[in-house]
Amino acid sequence: MAVQPTQYACLHGPGNLPLLLECARGFSPHIEETSPDTVVFDVRGLEALHGPPAALAREIARRVGVPANIAIAPNPDAAVHAARGYRGITVIERGQESAALAKLPVNLLGGSPDIAELLHLWGVRTFGDFAKLPPLGVAARLGEEGIELQRLAAGHGYRRLREIVDPLEFEAETELEYPVELLEPLAFILNDLINGICSRLQHRALATNELRLALSLENGLTHETALRLPVPMLDAKAFLRMLQLDLNGRPPVAPVLKVHLAAEPVKPRRTQHGLFVPTAPEPEKLELTVARVKHLVGNDRVGSPELSDTHRPDSFVMRSFAPGPAVLAAEKPGVPPSLCLRRFRPPRYAQVLVVNQQPVRIVSPTINGRVVMAKGPWRTSGEWWREDAWNRDEWDVALEAGELYRLFQEIDSARWFIEGSYD
Amino acid sequence: MGAALLQLRAEIEARFESSLDIQKLDIRKREAASIPTGIEAIDRLTSGGIPRGTLTEISGPESSGRTALLFALLSQATRHGECCAWIDAAGVFDPRSAQETGADLARILWVNCDHKTEYALKAVDLLLQSGGFGLIVLDLGDTPDKEARRIPLASWFRLRHAAERTGAALVAVERAINARSCSALQLELRRKGPVWVGRLLRGLGTEAESRKHFRSQTAEFTAVR
Repeated sequence: MAVQPTQYACLHGPGNLPLLLECARGFSPHIEETSPDTVVFDVRGLEALHGPPAALAREIARRVGVPANIAIAPNPDAAVHAARGYRGITVIERGQESAALAKLPVNLLGGSPDIAELLHLWGVRTFGDFAKLPPLGVAARLGEEGIELQRLAAGHGYRRLREIVDPLEFEAETELEYPVELLEPLAFILNDLINGICSRLQHRALATNELRLALSLENGLTHETALRLPVPMLDAKAFLRMLQLDLNGRPPVAPVLKVHLAAEPVKPRRTQHGLFVPTAPEPEKLELTVARVKHLVGNDRVGSPELSDTHRPDSFVMRSFAPGPAVLAAEKPGVPPSLCLRRFRPPRYAQVLVVNQQPVRIVSPTINGRVVMAKGPWRTSGEWWREDAWNRDEWDVALEAGELYRLFQEIDSARWFIEGSYD
Repeated sequence: MGAALLQLRAEIEARFESSLDIQKLDIRKREAASIPTGIEAIDRLTSGGIPRGTLTEISGPESSGRTALLFALLSQATRHGECCAWIDAAGVFDPRSAQETGADLARILWVNCDHKTEYALKAVDLLLQSGGFGLIVLDLGDTPDKEARRIPLASWFRLRHAAERTGAALVAVERAINARSCSALQLELRRKGPVWVGRLLRGLGTEAESRKHFRSQTAEFTAVR
């Protein structure tokens, strides 16, 4: 692939630096703030979008919105000098730098006052005059600085841009003129903040996996909430909806005075889906759906269960549902289904009649019957050093109607419970 | 199949004998349109498994093997990389049993509705609308009959319609059939009794009957411990 020749655009407009920077950001992330009235940026590769340099210059002029000189040149210094010296739009082709800059007054080069005075005394008035002087003579009389200035006068700069490095902080804040009590007007404010942050993230080709919202309240407290996303996302609408659901579920206790929103920048998600892999829910859509379901049933009741490394009965942790890429497991033909437990949460208290150390009848508000078969007991205990230690005898029982249950008796309290039904 | 169609099929088979096996294509198409349970008898009974893009009802009393059948289905679905959702109206899902069956818990979204049937229906609706799930189970197995019967037919129809649009296999587990004409397949499970070996409960026998075929068909399986 051919390497694109470098091209730099310069905007020169006294008193309008923020607008010049804003305009430059619309074209390139590589921007140099040369002086308070001059901005240079890299426009290499924009031909495909805007056409030849002249058309690109016209597009820049259209977008800048304030009076400014525009120059496009093969190196940053030539672009800066052309923008400072010529009014309107100037486009300098590669190899024409010296000719294009020849008429500019030599005082545009800057340099020390001594050199400027010397050049004036010698009768050197323009870039062209200075470029024509013999380099050895310039070196002998003006030193290293003179050589450098002569090179610039000839339009032969080869320096790199001293780029503005934006801090990677994606935060936005707004103080309200009056306290906001309702969530609906707050949503409008949040929408603006989210859009601003998303736009900045998009400019840096980033996404976020965490949004932190802090609301300063009228009573002096701060309401804080954080959205932790399993995958990097950049969907302003989804963020707003998720924050709304969160605030609906846990509204601030007092009217809001100030809103502060911060996003954690991360690289966006890039995945290559397999042709023969089943489709999975789109992470952005899934996150919003899960947020809605959580709002319905409660945060701790939705997710993907992960078993804990313990023998404690019914011990698991609810994790965020974030299915990774599908990995097809090998077929296991001919494996019979397993006997499964439907676990009552919490275990149901029951009165159990015991004859000859065997349960013979169960009485509870929901499950009653004569026990026709009982196998047990199997003792299980653990974590005796903790307050919530368990110590119990388990039984598998069949009632006369045909139901199968797992019972247990707590050793310490001698109380019976039905843990679940086999199904 | 009409005589003309049979003749056409014979001609195509004769012409493209080496490269096209219509019988195999038929089987593949049927497999793609359903999720096998991995239980041979049930897959034979249902012509390949639980159909996608529609509503299936599995009914039966307690200890009739409903959960064993569903966990087998869940295991097969997650084994093939599907994302599954288990909407648990009564909060009785046991992750350890599911994992012992071979299901990949990381690919299962469990929604514990804590005995709120209305929330369970809403959650199913939301997940069906979101798309991308291969299998969605609505577990009403411990919901009282009276409450399950109160679910309007319009709700079942809406869920079936949503399943048709997204292609997910929607399975409702209940004590009795409630969705009636809205379900494309109805499997009624009956207890055949536990299997005791010495001092251990070793298994649970089940008889399944398919109620949406022209002729009632049955199959048997045993869930083992």
